[in-house]
Amino acid sequence: MEEKKIFSRPHALTDIPFHYCAGCTHGIIHRLVAEVIDELGCEGHTVGVSPVGCAVMNYDYFGCDMIEAPHGRAPAVATGIKRARPENVVFTYQGDGDLAAIGTAETVHAATRGENITIIFVNNTIYGMTGGQMAPTSLPGQITQTTPYGRDVNSAGYPVRICELLSSLDGVALAQRTAVDTVKNVNETKKAIRKAFQNQIDGKGFSIVEVLSTCPTNWGMNPIQALDWLRENMIPYYPLGVYKDEEKGARLKK
Amino acid sequence: MSRNFDILFAGFGGQGVLFSGKIAAYAGLYDDKNITWLPSYGPEMRGGTANCSVCISDEPIGSPCVVSPTAFVALNLPSFQKFKDSVKTGGTMIADSSLIPEKCDRTDINIFYVPAAKLAAENGLDGLSNIILLGKLFKETGFCTRESLDKALIHCVPKSKQHLLEPNKRALQLGMDC
Amino acid sequence: MEDKFLMKGNEALAEAAIQAGCRHFFGYPITPQTELAAYMAKKMPKVGGTYLQAESELAAANMVLGAAGAGVRAMTSSSSPGISLKSEAISYMAGSDIPALIVNVQRGGPGLGGIQPSQSDYWQATRATGHGDFQILVFAPASVQEMVDLVGLAFDKGDEYRMPAMILADGMLGQMMEPVKFPEKSEQHLPDKPWACCGHQNKRKHNVLNSLFLSPSELENLIIERYKRYDIIKEKEQRWDEYMLDDADIVLVAYGASARVSHTAVDMAREQGIKAGLLRPITLWPYPNKAFEKLKDTAKAFISVEMSMGQMVDDVRLAVECRKPVYFTGRTGGKIPNPNEVLKKITEVEGTL
Repeated sequence: MEEKKIFSRPHALTDIPFHYCAGCTHGIIHRLVAEVIDELGCEGHTVGVSPVGCAVMNYDYFGCDMIEAPHGRAPAVATGIKRARPENVVFTYQGDGDLAAIGTAETVHAATRGENITIIFVNNTIYGMTGGQMAPTSLPGQITQTTPYGRDVNSAGYPVRICELLSSLDGVALAQRTAVDTVKNVNETKKAIRKAFQNQIDGKGFSIVEVLSTCPTNWGMNPIQALDWLRENMIPYYPLGVYKDEEKGARLKK
Repeated sequence: MSRNFDILFAGFGGQGVLFSGKIAAYAGLYDDKNITWLPSYGPEMRGGTANCSVCISDEPIGSPCVVSPTAFVALNLPSFQKFKDSVKTGGTMIADSSLIPEKCDRTDINIFYVPAAKLAAENGLDGLSNIILLGKLFKETGFCTRESLDKALIHCVPKSKQHLLEPNKRALQLGMDC
Repeated sequence: MEDKFLMKGNEALAEAAIQAGCRHFFGYPITPQTELAAYMAKKMPKVGGTYLQAESELAAANMVLGAAGAGVRAMTSSSSPGISLKSEAISYMAGSDIPALIVNVQRGGPGLGGIQPSQSDYWQATRATGHGDFQILVFAPASVQEMVDLVGLAFDKGDEYRMPAMILADGMLGQMMEPVKFPEKSEQHLPDKPWACCGHQNKRKHNVLNSLFLSPSELENLIIERYKRYDIIKEKEQRWDEYMLDDADIVLVAYGASARVSHTAVDMAREQGIKAGLLRPITLWPYPNKAFEKLKDTAKAFISVEMSMGQMVDDVRLAVECRKPVYFTGRTGGKIPNPNEVLKKITEVEGTL
């Protein structure tokens, strides 16, 4: 019988096993990023920036050069890399606490500068690494370690919708929200990530893909329940779709 | 001239205190001296006034803050009152008498009263009283060579403001003729 | 004949950095370092470089981390309150062995403090420019010319030892003008940085610049290795200047602007027949302990002259191994000591000998 290889680890992922919990969707998103890097053939001139949070150690997982940034500063670090080496493809991979709380200023200003970088934003509505505290994206009423009675929007405020927020900025070329709960959505996510990388290669400016992701461990669910919870609770609050897509790019050509 | 010549220019901001100091500094530089130029800093600073310390020396210069000036150019009354007693014995004070109604009773320094602001207005040299006073300072102390002073003036008038070079030259001469 | 010119300290720092091969400057406005950033904004586009005004000092310093991590000579400049914010990235750079230049044109503190010159960030620069076990190289120029000279050296030494370097200046040096001469332009050979994250071009394993080490023994070993490097630096890189020290009974110890004032005070003391001299540290880390080796026996007393409440006094005491009395005089809060005040302290100390 003839054997046909239908799947293999992307070249842009190293062979170090992920440390992520069972059912966590970081692994899928890592693979999608790596597949896009492979398809674009840019691993050799790509530099990634790792966040602080669950994905902190992804500098070990991605096969391209990697710099670990202080909490929230990944867009600033990426800005420095890109300005130093415009020929490199530079991406950040950040969670919701990193990007939408401590790093809000860096995110918004990299976006408004039209910084020609790619941001992969993983939104799972919780601080996973530190054990399940409220995130800027935690939903109203969501129970976390630091909102034990559910997120009370009157005292803890409302969740931040990053794609909507950034889509108002002129420097943004692409702001798209996707999810990785179904095969179809995984495929959509990969297309979006590919576009966000291609935009950078084409010099179009700041591109962000917000990926709705699960955290079964800190949500207290099994992986199947978590995917259901994502569909039933997150997608209504964070509708999937393209929030901004500047075909010509957001950067003024000189 | 002694080996250290410390000048203090003091007045209000906008009177060209720093600019005349810069010309003096460049003049000293072109004479191959050691130079420091320090704006509005140090123990002598007070709100509202601007001042500028210029040290011209044959030796390496220590503190660039002029505490006891060899020469003091006073462009307004508060500066005059504040610094007149700090001038070194045997030193020189040049005061704009059109803005400073008071006189100094010290007899151990050379004092020259020049109605610089009035002269400037009369000669179509508005805003150049600082340069008139600088001309007078040069005449009375010879703190630099004439050649270097002229060169410094040319250097310090910005390229974009060349139309101001001629009035500045006239103001300098006017001060020397006082 | 080459035309001589005067330059403000802040502008000289900027020009020297450009001449040292720095093409990436990330800043955030703060007095009294403004002229430096303004000079960069004007010059960088003309030399094909990057001037970027960041949204905060935090971001500016992290942009430096990124650019320097990608292997170029990058820098930022600020003044005291801004350095507190930059200390985050400085610690991460130290922890990831990334060289970069940070300029601190000090002003009075704590808090917002003031905008007048100060030296009250000595402890911050030499002890804790961020959290964790680390040091950075600290250079303290005392003239505009030395600002020029030390910028190039700071970049070179930072690259050589793979660590951040700081120019610790102050508002007086930043604002004053003095004659400057730039080194002859020669073909620049910036060192290779095989560790840099600039794309592996499919020719090597990926480089990782990281300061996270969850295994205590791994982190401990790494820090111990880093401290061995610090020991080499302490041995090889101490720099200082001496003035009238050969027969000095009273040794003033001062850096930066305070050293300028002290120089004048030494002259005044000598005129009065007091054998005073000046020891001027040029590197604050490593502290020039070697400079004290003979002096701690030959001199009778030391006076640390500072624009702070005496943050350097303990370093002087350690350097003289407490064999001789160490006194302090200085001003703080933005005041510059005047040579007469320093002279008064010298005569006071002379009276105790």
